[in-house]
Amino acid sequence: MMGQPLEKFCRCLPCMPDSAPIITFDHVDKFYGDFHALKDISISVREGERMVVCGPSGSGKSTLIRCINGLEFHNSGVLTVDGVEVFEASKHIYRLRQEVGMVFQQFNLFPHLTVLENLTIGPIKVRKVSPPEAERTARKYLERVRIPEQADKYPSALSGGQQQRVAIARSLCMESRIMLFDEPTSALDPEMINEVLDVMVELADTGMTMVVVTHEMGFARKVADTMVFMDAGEIVETAPPDVFFTNPASARCRAFLDQILDHG
Amino acid sequence: MSLSEPSYTPKGRSLPQRQPIARAVDSVTFSIIAYAVVVGGIVWLAYSGAQAMGYNWQWYRIPQYFYSFTEDGFQWGEISVGLVKTLTLSSIAFALAVVMGLIVALLRLSGLVVCTAVSVAFLELIRNIPLLVLLYLFYYVLGPIFGFDRYWASILCLAVFHSVLISEIFRAGINAVAKGQWEAATSIGMSKGQAYRYIILPQSIRFMLPPMTGEVVHMVKSSAIVSVIAVAELTTIGRNIISETYMSFEVWFTIAAVYMVVTLILSVGVSFVERRYAVET
Ligand SMILES: Nc1ncnc2c1ncn2[C@@H]1O[C@H](COP(=O)(O)OP(=O)(O)O)[C@@H](O)[C@H]1O
Ligand SMILES: [Mg+2]
Repeated sequence: MMGQPLEKFCRCLPCMPDSAPIITFDHVDKFYGDFHALKDISISVREGERMVVCGPSGSGKSTLIRCINGLEFHNSGVLTVDGVEVFEASKHIYRLRQEVGMVFQQFNLFPHLTVLENLTIGPIKVRKVSPPEAERTARKYLERVRIPEQADKYPSALSGGQQQRVAIARSLCMESRIMLFDEPTSALDPEMINEVLDVMVELADTGMTMVVVTHEMGFARKVADTMVFMDAGEIVETAPPDVFFTNPASARCRAFLDQILDHG
Repeated sequence: MSLSEPSYTPKGRSLPQRQPIARAVDSVTFSIIAYAVVVGGIVWLAYSGAQAMGYNWQWYRIPQYFYSFTEDGFQWGEISVGLVKTLTLSSIAFALAVVMGLIVALLRLSGLVVCTAVSVAFLELIRNIPLLVLLYLFYYVLGPIFGFDRYWASILCLAVFHSVLISEIFRAGINAVAKGQWEAATSIGMSKGQAYRYIILPQSIRFMLPPMTGEVVHMVKSSAIVSVIAVAELTTIGRNIISETYMSFEVWFTIAAVYMVVTLILSVGVSFVERRYAVET
């Protein structure tokens, strides 16, 4: 945490192969009752790395990233995020969640608060930032996601694409160091997908550590350092995008890619 | 813009209209007339029944129980005083019931086995005792033990009885808030308490207002039961006036009308609040 400004600067470079891991799964298993949702997951994400996770529906992608910020808890193995071990009884879980932003498929904006209040409530109530400073930060990030003029509206008055950009700004306002995206464009009308992806690409360019569950393969090709393919609770394939898209090792992954790339 | 276009004539065949009778039955005017007929019918039946009994109507004696002008000047009558008592009693009891109901609901939803057990035990205990018996328990048993008078016995009894109903309203309202709201609140690092306070409860108010209105009305009405332990509220006053004057028909009609006016005003007031909330979010 000490050398943060320097780190932030360095992260502007495309992900450095030798930067330290910030998320580490070590033989992690997760059950929902009897259902084995994550099977012996071992994987790590380096600081500044952009990882894109894909796989068929029900393969455990959401579960994987929801474990990272403790929305779900794994049952065995070790999961470390930003040097802190994640488990239900951990004292650090609230602090950890402040470091990890999450963007949901359904946006999950707070409908009773204006856009500006959506962005400031976390910093003010959780991080104890002063209201004027929180508002300044909020306006900065609204600018960044290109909707500064919507600050005083309620979320229901915004289009899906705008809502999702507000949701991204809400996470950024917490000054998170890691951002998780769970199918951020799946609930959007086609003409709004790009406005959200553009913001995510820009975010990737700032060197943010990102784990993105998505089937937008154009986006994946553009930003991913690492592609991960999951099926039936297992990580089947982990590869850099050029290898992943041209020469995937497993037949399951190839079949999946054929299916989703079929329609262009 | 299409509105300002010069007289547009549809090219397609116009569709058959609903039966005129069906439209008339559905209209507001019709429901008001139907309501008036029903109420008027009941009043007429009561009147003609009383007439047949040779009942001696003395409506002119009723207004003095609301207010009077004597040589001392303006004075509130007994019914007005009783009404104020009913209203203060109900509002204190309601405020207490809301606090207790919220606590019971949060305990129930806490997910902790002990807390859930405590709240379910409380719910089942209160729900399965008749209100009248509960009142006797508070007045004859708990009152002497803890040293509170009949006024506080009735307030506490009503509060406890209604806290159970209100806790169910809270629980339903809290559960009606989408699960994604919890996840979003959690993911920005809020604790459970912060999530309730800033995210969940403000949103559940919208779901809770309509049943809460019903509960306020219910409270005002069920407060009448405390007349059995002679707390001087509206219903007790009614009984007292009758025992002095034997005007049972006039007095009970009047008392019923006063309750009705109060609860109608409350319902209308809350529906205004509801509309404001609906617009805001
Ligand atoms: N809360 C839950 N309780 C029980 N089963 C669940 C729960 N959440 C997810 N699952 C199951 O776990 C599997 C993986 O789910 P998920 O991680 O959402 O997959 P994906 O995001 O890849 O579609 C699915 O079969 C799903 O039915
Ligand atoms: Mg999913």
